[in-house]
Amino acid sequence: MFIINCPYCGERDQSEFSCGGEAHIERPKQPTELSDDQWAEYLFMRKNIKGIQFERWNHAHGCRKWFNVVRDTSNDKIHAVYKMGERPPLK
Amino acid sequence: MSKNLRINKNNFIDQTIRISFKFNGQKLFGFKGDTLASALLANDIHLVGRSFKYHRPRGIMTCGSEEPNAIVQIGNDPSSTEPNVRATEIELYEGLEAYSQNCWPSVNFDIGGINNFLSPLLPAGFYYKTFMWPASFWEKYEFFIRHSAGLGKSPTKPDTDLYDHQYAHCDVLIIGGGISGILSAKLAAEKGLNTILIDDKNCLGGSTIYQEDDCFKINNDYSNKWLKKEIDNFKNYPNLLIKKRTSLAAFHGYNYLLAKENLTDHLGANERKNKIRQRLWKIRAKKVVIATGSIERPLIFNNNDRPGILLSSSIKKYIDFFGVKNGNEISLFTNNDSAYETAISLNKSGVKVNTIIDIRENSTSSLVKKIQKIGINILWGHTIVNTNGYKRIKSINVQKLSANGESVVGKRIKINCDCLGMSGGWTPMVHLFTQSGGKLKFKDKDYIFIPDMNKSPSDQISVGSCNGNFELDDLISNTIKNIKIFLDLDKTIYDNLNVVCSKESEKRNIWLLPSDKPLSKTKPFLDFQNDSTAKDVKLALREGFKSIEHVKRYTTTGMGTDQGKLSNMHALGIIADTTGTNMGDLGTTTFRPPFTPLTFGSIVGRNVGEFFDHTRKTAIHDWHVENNAKFENVGQWKRAWYFPKNNETMFQAVQRESKAARDGAGILDASTLGKIDIQGTDASEFLNRVYTNAWSKLAIGKCRYGLMLNEDGMVYDDGVTTRLGENHYIMTTTTGGAANVLSKLEDYLQTEWPELDVYLTTVTDQYSTISICGPRSKNIVKKIIPDLDLSDVNFPHMSFKNSKIDNVNCRIMRISFTGEHSYEINIQSNYAKDVWIKCMEAGKEFNITPYGTETMHLLRAEKGFIITGQDTDGTLTPSDLQMDWIIGKKKYDFIGKRSLYRSDTIREDRKQLVGLLTEDPLEVLEEGAQLVEDINKKPVEMLGHVTSSYFSPNLKKSIALAVVRSGKKLKGKRLIVPMENKNINVTITDTVFYDKENKRLNA
Repeated sequence: MFIINCPYCGERDQSEFSCGGEAHIERPKQPTELSDDQWAEYLFMRKNIKGIQFERWNHAHGCRKWFNVVRDTSNDKIHAVYKMGERPPLK
Repeated sequence: MSKNLRINKNNFIDQTIRISFKFNGQKLFGFKGDTLASALLANDIHLVGRSFKYHRPRGIMTCGSEEPNAIVQIGNDPSSTEPNVRATEIELYEGLEAYSQNCWPSVNFDIGGINNFLSPLLPAGFYYKTFMWPASFWEKYEFFIRHSAGLGKSPTKPDTDLYDHQYAHCDVLIIGGGISGILSAKLAAEKGLNTILIDDKNCLGGSTIYQEDDCFKINNDYSNKWLKKEIDNFKNYPNLLIKKRTSLAAFHGYNYLLAKENLTDHLGANERKNKIRQRLWKIRAKKVVIATGSIERPLIFNNNDRPGILLSSSIKKYIDFFGVKNGNEISLFTNNDSAYETAISLNKSGVKVNTIIDIRENSTSSLVKKIQKIGINILWGHTIVNTNGYKRIKSINVQKLSANGESVVGKRIKINCDCLGMSGGWTPMVHLFTQSGGKLKFKDKDYIFIPDMNKSPSDQISVGSCNGNFELDDLISNTIKNIKIFLDLDKTIYDNLNVVCSKESEKRNIWLLPSDKPLSKTKPFLDFQNDSTAKDVKLALREGFKSIEHVKRYTTTGMGTDQGKLSNMHALGIIADTTGTNMGDLGTTTFRPPFTPLTFGSIVGRNVGEFFDHTRKTAIHDWHVENNAKFENVGQWKRAWYFPKNNETMFQAVQRESKAARDGAGILDASTLGKIDIQGTDASEFLNRVYTNAWSKLAIGKCRYGLMLNEDGMVYDDGVTTRLGENHYIMTTTTGGAANVLSKLEDYLQTEWPELDVYLTTVTDQYSTISICGPRSKNIVKKIIPDLDLSDVNFPHMSFKNSKIDNVNCRIMRISFTGEHSYEINIQSNYAKDVWIKCMEAGKEFNITPYGTETMHLLRAEKGFIITGQDTDGTLTPSDLQMDWIIGKKKYDFIGKRSLYRSDTIREDRKQLVGLLTEDPLEVLEEGAQLVEDINKKPVEMLGHVTSSYFSPNLKKSIALAVVRSGKKLKGKRLIVPMENKNINVTITDTVFYDKENKRLNA
């Protein structure tokens, strides 16, 4: 059970949050112009890395805000937390 | 029959308080401070159980949580009896009743003991190999295997005890109250840190607290005396919390730990009443000190499992701490100096030590010298080749070891003894370190795995013998040195301690000791509880198992309730020796939480019964209860299901309610539907993007049904949204989907469309919804709100009006889920029950009938309206539902639009929603039943399944909705619903069964 430093509320227990999967996958602005393959790439393809992963998290039982987390999936160490729209560190 | 083996000296047992208890029905006595094990041993009872596989007689072997044999059933009350309790850990209390496990009819005469003589036929993997074929017989085999297996009995009635959870936060958590834990706690507390010290025993001090000998001194005082003063001094530290009888169960990431505190398990029945039995501590520590100590190893030799054979250090604890001698003629078998400490203690207490058998050739430590001075016989370089005695050890056979330790030479010597202590060295308790994610390193010199501090996963440290420091001077100096760095201390009160202790100079380790017989004729037990021997491990290796995880599972070594705390290391050693591998390269099996078993009660805590989950009730709930409603669970909601009158069955009630709603008026509590208030200048644009249909042109005061998809194009939720103002909407969602819809919409707003000016607020609980439908609904609403213009021109279907009922603001919507002329009254929840009663009174003359969710489902099915989650399952597009009309084709984009013309979603043979009519109109289909075309073609091809099915009282026939492959094209086609006893003929129809022209909406 790790601790996440919500950029709006501060450090809270993991049980207050829900994970929204890989971060920085932008919804295509013009989906109609995409081929089936391109759309499928957006729709289905997600990385599942052992190591440093960029993730979306939601403070579901708190401020309800979405934000980004850089987490090492091998040991759950969180290296950075930053708001939506902010530039990812280390990337 | 029983003898008293208690000696009159020690500070830990209160011999003035006698406690009576029963073991296997026999009444016995012990003293306050005893464990069940020490009290049994004081009564000369060694034989306490039978082993798991061979049913061999087994005795108490240890004095702690590593006990493999002495696991007993406590009590016989069907709600509180507890299986698999370690007799070495349970404190004696007045009235304790304990029973042996895994034996029938009794521990002394156990029929299963025949397995011992069949053991040559029961090698590792016996069950896997024997009961493989024929496969169809497995169920029969399983019945018998399960009955002959299994240790204790589970309680059969609900647990009546109270359990609790508590959170704790601290600067430093210290696990273990032995000498290294005490030193660490003192240094942390001295620095002013908020410190918690936990220990699983009722007495701090570990094994040092009863170590009273010239060979071990601190500042010229006996080590136990010195430590006692340090512990007594703890009361001066208000920032130090000490939790005894508390065992650490799990060490998770980020220094999050679970510990179980026993609060009443040591009390008699009268003292337990109304008290919390166990508390689960959830601890967040900034820093953790692991000081869990080490466990003595047995030695692996032929027949090393007989009752009366104990760990040497346990014999010492029983004599020094509990004042109990384990026999009158004791021999010791060792490969290190620890057994000599036991010999000194026994000698001091006047217990005869026959012989010490030492596999080493020599040792020159002060402990050994002391024994030589006393004159106890030591057989250097010898090993035990066999033990004799069935229910209690009687004698041992000893022979000289060859130089390489692989065989024995010389003459066999027989030595009589009624107790044998064995010491195979010490295993650091690294379980918690590895649970937290730490990696181990192998220390060749000592044959131990210790924590690799460079690979520590969190802010923690292991100190004392769990870090491989076994000798008192090293242990103290290293603990202080490491804690100083860990807690950033300059000078400490312990900087100039003068420690004297015996130093061990010679070592010899043989994982599997040889016998005079070939291995195949011997029983050198590794896992005493699961009866796996060194032979089994070697067999597994011969059969090709290489990974230690596989060998473990195949032989079940280390898989008992003790999780192999005693002899996992020997199994690894034997594997390493046999395969010629370095133990460090082999690694260990995985240590998983909990370290010792947890009760379900402590895991669940207070979250039982009505506290198991939240129950949500509508504001009108009490009226439903008063009016005999049956309820169904929808998510956490309790929804009125139907309202039976005069012993009606559910079918009868639903038929009556459904008829009344179409003939006169029905009233439904629809308050559980999710309600989301949407405001902001971009609210219309937002709805355009999240629903499939167009919203910009919806006039203020109008309502519209919307369908929401996932990005994959599948239907996700639906509901009616009403435009309350220029920039203000209220959206309704399904009952179960409310929370998910809100978070999905928030997700899009915050991450994909932050430029939109839209605010979402859930108002599900704030507003209650009363739905009145039927041809007389208008009359009823007119009576309640006389000044509201209800004409179809001014208040048409799919529109809304603000109004007042008795000066309370309300929103009236003309929307219909039944196909009838309907009104939905939305009102602040505080007033909802009054308004409901008002509607009931006003509707009395029109036979207003309250109906529940079942009738609602039936009425909407007559109209072919879907229920998301019942008729859909996340694999249906709007087109699959024959709802192409709701897709805003002119809209540039909405959630899921692009997916509607993927190659997969445009397939014509997708499953599509259709109506079904049965050939026999009285035959009601089962929901979930399969649909097939040709029952004779094998394999039978499944075309789809029934999603909704009812008997319609208004149509007087059975109706159903189903999803069927290419269903849209199959109208009129006959299919078969094969059931267990019959095949039902059905015809595919339109999904709308009733009032296809929608005339009744304005009736």
